[in-house]
Amino acid sequence: MAGEVAPAAHVAPLPETAAPSRDVAGGNACLSLPEAAAVHWRPPMDAARLRRRGALWTLTTAAHVLPFLAAGVLLLVIQPLAVAVSLASFAHAWIIPMLYAARGANVLRPRARTSAAAERTALGLLGDLVGHDARELHARTGLVVERGRLGVWTVGEAGAVLLTARGRRASCFCVRVADPDLPSADRIAHLLLALRADEVGFATVANLAFSGARWRVRRRLPAAMRPALEAAAAQERALDRVYD
Amino acid sequence: MSRLVRMDRTGHTTLAEWTAADPQAVEAAAAAFREELDRGYFAMVSTGEGHAEQVKELPVDADLVILRLPISGG
Repeated sequence: MAGEVAPAAHVAPLPETAAPSRDVAGGNACLSLPEAAAVHWRPPMDAARLRRRGALWTLTTAAHVLPFLAAGVLLLVIQPLAVAVSLASFAHAWIIPMLYAARGANVLRPRARTSAAAERTALGLLGDLVGHDARELHARTGLVVERGRLGVWTVGEAGAVLLTARGRRASCFCVRVADPDLPSADRIAHLLLALRADEVGFATVANLAFSGARWRVRRRLPAAMRPALEAAAAQERALDRVYD
Repeated sequence: MSRLVRMDRTGHTTLAEWTAADPQAVEAAAAAFREELDRGYFAMVSTGEGHAEQVKELPVDADLVILRLPISGG
């Protein structure tokens, strides 16, 4: 069986060639993913850039939320009778991050299915690419968990979520395959192979849809998919314990 | 027996099968391989646990060569 992945529950060290260092080559990284040429203006999405983008995302969210919170409190203090307006302001402060997280969770949501026969055939090939536990997790959740050097990925049909910082931060990447009519397992296999070939290149080509707390993304996912995100978080925590 | 597989709307299609000891089968697989690359597919082989590599020539010794389509930011 080609390219077996270590079972999710057994966090074994990666082979020598892929030591799970958190330091991926910086701005001079040579991206081997051919699709990276189409986004040549983007700097490689290495670990440092990922952290900066995450921090920027958090700042942007705070810049959206804090004024609404402040306005709500101020209104309550100045004019308690304007409580309805204050509540509307608080609602804005709550809804904005929720909408961002929903956008992030969308990368994992299932897309329309093709014929049952094609789905079965595609599932067989995807099963050849992953290990037993990953196959079982995919059967339950429709998602594949894959350890990388940047963190632990949860791969879906329209993108992938990268968990870092001991599984606390989720970076949601939106990626699509050139043919929208592929079976779901084939779409995942496309992303998985590209990710395995060049993780930094994959993250560079993909569009960052959201970066923030894992629990925000989890809440926006269908219940059946949540165990995959939890499994990825467990792997990320275990990796940090081993390698930090 | 090595296989050249293309991921497509049917799930996947086996385009060629060969063994290194059969030059004719290897040549047929290499021709099919080049044809798919010309159509815009990328060829991938697994290179160990959780790793894959893009190849531009048919790796005769590989068990499984998978052809995938390009990806882009969604």
